[in-house]
Amino acid sequence: MVDSLQYTPQITLEFPIGEKDFFMAGESASRVKKTLQQLGLKQDIIRRVAIIIYEAAMNVAIHASHGLLTVHIDPESISIQTDDKGVGIPDIELAMREGYSTAPYEAQEMGFGAGMGLPNMKQCSDELSLDTKVGKGTTLKAKVYFISKEHPG
Amino acid sequence: MTIAQLVNALGLEVLTGDINMNREIKAGYTSDLLSDAIANIEEDSVWITIQRHINILGVAKLKDAAAIIIPRNLQLEENVIEKAREEDIAILRCPQSAFEISGLLYNILTRG
Repeated sequence: MVDSLQYTPQITLEFPIGEKDFFMAGESASRVKKTLQQLGLKQDIIRRVAIIIYEAAMNVAIHASHGLLTVHIDPESISIQTDDKGVGIPDIELAMREGYSTAPYEAQEMGFGAGMGLPNMKQCSDELSLDTKVGKGTTLKAKVYFISKEHPG
Repeated sequence: MTIAQLVNALGLEVLTGDINMNREIKAGYTSDLLSDAIANIEEDSVWITIQRHINILGVAKLKDAAAIIIPRNLQLEENVIEKAREEDIAILRCPQSAFEISGLLYNILTRG
């Protein structure tokens, strides 16, 4: 187990996610998790990153027409970003509220859309930001530091 | 306790054949909301859910769940069972409700 990756080259992983492509969304989280395990990162870091990626990728699959998930690993942190073309988020504050969801009925029927995605991501991230344009799309950026102030140990 | 021992103890039906039967089970979790499952399933858990679409396998894989139990003898599509075999995730089924099977599992796992 290591706190940082001084000797590891920087790694960038990209996953295109299509509309309703739930499989790819889940798969991207699994693949990144495997990479982080191979790098020997702490389990808590891996757990948090996996949750963020799963939720972020599912949001793209559920709400957008398509998007790109980018995961960048550098010596101090892991950055997760999704850029999507889609409906955007009219009210970010509302979207961040636990239990609030605009997921369509079919997604709710599958066990998504409980309004837990963004709150889950926020809880697992050291930094989280959303940049959105209604009718155009959303960029979500999340960061997890290997040595975290918010999540010590 | 292994999956095989759990299957015997609770009389579960095994839908995925002879895969992963010797894997150890350490905990359990019951939830039908994937965000809740993703946040809270512990490693080597049995996950009890009535969700039966293919995404449950993604969740189980990501959380290193040992097996999935489907309550109330609910039906699964063959492609989900097929994919579970490929991913080495045992799918088990029982006639009880999620409440009842959770109780039985809890007793068996905490009995020591």
